[in-house]
Amino acid sequence: MFKHFITLQWKSFWRGASVSASLWMKLFMGFWALWFIVMAGAGSIGTFYFIKKKLCEDPLIILNSFLIYWVVFDLVFRYMLQKMPVINIKPLLTLPVKKKKIINFAFAKTVFSFFNIFHAFFFIPFSLLLIKDGASASNVLLWNLGLMAIVYSNNFLNILVNNKDNLVFIVGGIVAILGGLHYFGYFDITIYTAPFFQGLFDNAILVMIPITILIVLVVIAHKSFSKDVFLDAGLAIKAKEIKTEDLSWLDRFGKTATFLKNDIKLIKRNKRAKSTVMVSIMFLFYGLLFFTGSIEAYENPIWKVFAGIFVSGGFLLSFGQFVPSWDSSYYPLMMSQNIKYKEYLSSKWWLMVIATLLSTILSAGYLYFGWDAYLAILTGALYNVGVNSHVVLWAGAYIKTPIDLTSNKKAFGDKQAFNAKTLLLTLPKMVLPLILYAAGHYTIGANFGYALVALAGVAGFALRDKVFDIIENIYKEEKYKTIAAYKQKK
Amino acid sequence: MINIKDVSKTYTGNTVLNIAELEIPKGQSFGLVGNNGAGKTTLFSALLDLIRPTTGYIENNGVKVHESEDWKTYTAAFIDETFLIGYLTAEEYFYFIGELRGQNKADVDALVSQYEDFFHGEILGQKKYLRDMSKGNQKKAGIVAALIGKPQVIVLDEPFANLDPTTQIRLKEIIKELALDPEVTVLISSHDLSHVTEVCERIVVLEKGQLIKDINTSEETLKELELHFAQ
Repeated sequence: MFKHFITLQWKSFWRGASVSASLWMKLFMGFWALWFIVMAGAGSIGTFYFIKKKLCEDPLIILNSFLIYWVVFDLVFRYMLQKMPVINIKPLLTLPVKKKKIINFAFAKTVFSFFNIFHAFFFIPFSLLLIKDGASASNVLLWNLGLMAIVYSNNFLNILVNNKDNLVFIVGGIVAILGGLHYFGYFDITIYTAPFFQGLFDNAILVMIPITILIVLVVIAHKSFSKDVFLDAGLAIKAKEIKTEDLSWLDRFGKTATFLKNDIKLIKRNKRAKSTVMVSIMFLFYGLLFFTGSIEAYENPIWKVFAGIFVSGGFLLSFGQFVPSWDSSYYPLMMSQNIKYKEYLSSKWWLMVIATLLSTILSAGYLYFGWDAYLAILTGALYNVGVNSHVVLWAGAYIKTPIDLTSNKKAFGDKQAFNAKTLLLTLPKMVLPLILYAAGHYTIGANFGYALVALAGVAGFALRDKVFDIIENIYKEEKYKTIAAYKQKK
Repeated sequence: MINIKDVSKTYTGNTVLNIAELEIPKGQSFGLVGNNGAGKTTLFSALLDLIRPTTGYIENNGVKVHESEDWKTYTAAFIDETFLIGYLTAEEYFYFIGELRGQNKADVDALVSQYEDFFHGEILGQKKYLRDMSKGNQKKAGIVAALIGKPQVIVLDEPFANLDPTTQIRLKEIIKELALDPEVTVLISSHDLSHVTEVCERIVVLEKGQLIKDINTSEETLKELELHFAQ
């Protein structure tokens, strides 16, 4: 029976619309996977020697004290990104297959998920270094066993709680508060959790705790899944009662308002779009890495422009990169309704510009780090409005990934979104402003660098109508291909 | 009103549509029948410029659909659920379409209220997004949305499918009424021969992309069609 399931999976993978895509995409995915593995491995070795040489502490003890955060972040990331193990269950329900078997297979599938394997690339090198450093191999093995049980407990915990909305925000909030208290020295949760992780190393009996938890979680998840494998239970799409909204105050924007109102509803009512907004809020804080000087590599002044672009343009970059895919599920309607391409594009443009302005105002907090920091953000905002808003729309014409609005589990799944053209278009988005700034900074001075970047933004803004004409033509050219691509649902 | 000239569509050597000439005059109610894969949806998609014919062109009121977007102001369509915006309620969707067609809320409300019978109390005031409605109810909303803003050309693909018997009967009345208006050209496709002969003045049969029958509807049409498809 398992053999059948596996062939089904195999076919669904290779025959999916996404895989038949280009060689480019495969290379790109391969690159990312490799990147993560290398980063994890390097991070592991780096952490070990950093603690040992720079802090002159025992790597194991320090790592153990931070593992609680590791575990919780793992859970949060899983919640946001890991897909639920739903093999196409519906058509199997009426076939003579035991439900238990279906669920077993679905669970087995998650065991090999990247979210589980990933940890190994960090802990295995770390463990090897520990042993090399004189730790007892059997204890290291115990410790790894315990951690593995915890990682897999997270896996099944996520399966269990995945449908509970908002839970992740509560957990994330608590962690943020604990982290803050820890940082400012008021309360340190790690004092209470570190002994446990240390215990996994020292004491074989303690390892039984995570293993027991794991077994219990598997059993509960299995039970709850068996209950849910009915069309009107877990497999049903939940409908919430909703209110209609009146956004007529936007009508003053004329024809553009029609689309703006729609886009606002799109963002408010769809999981996927909502998480984009969350990401752009996170980008607001991205600048802290640069302006606080907490990371040495970012000390170079050129990175400040980089930060400026991300802080002011978080929404522009994360939402904009999927225009027009946001409208993929009803693209034929948009293309046959009484809509001029220009109006459609300009409404998206306005949305991005308004969001950029908003981010720029919100990021006024960076004034705390000096006028220079905020200047970088203002410059970035100008560049975003003048240049990046257009580039993002332009790149969008080539992205033909339909978006499933109701699911936000596809952050890693949007691999089709990458192709040669969109990759090339990231150059003007990110690299060009850095080059412009560097050109100014190293010839005359920092202010001249900012001026050059800002000038590019103003020039882009001035050429708006021209650029829109060009983009409109590209959209028209790509129209039929786009419609056909959106028809293929995952 | 609609003028189809030498239109063919070929996918990797496989011709799915090939029509040398077809003219649909203004005000006609036009029915398209054919088995699965006959090319009905392909033809409608080409008419709406959603796919590009391999050869030939389609004119809508003298406008070549792939050259200008002007036909969009007087043409409305409901092909499938990709014409619905899933995260809107039915009302919001109607207002959205209304705004695109230069109708204010009051206009839309007035029009929509005419179809309360057709909705059978399942569309308006539902506190539900369109994506959470049943297929049949989605179709009702989509069909009525295609009537907003007095379009002169109305294209409905398989409007009777998924509808319950009561709604089918009401839809036939709606289409008949539209057909009476000499300004409105209605194009529908259907698998249901009796419905389509009842509401359409003219019926065209497609088979494997070819036009093989072009009938002005009369008493005998239904028999003729049944005989044809029984073969």
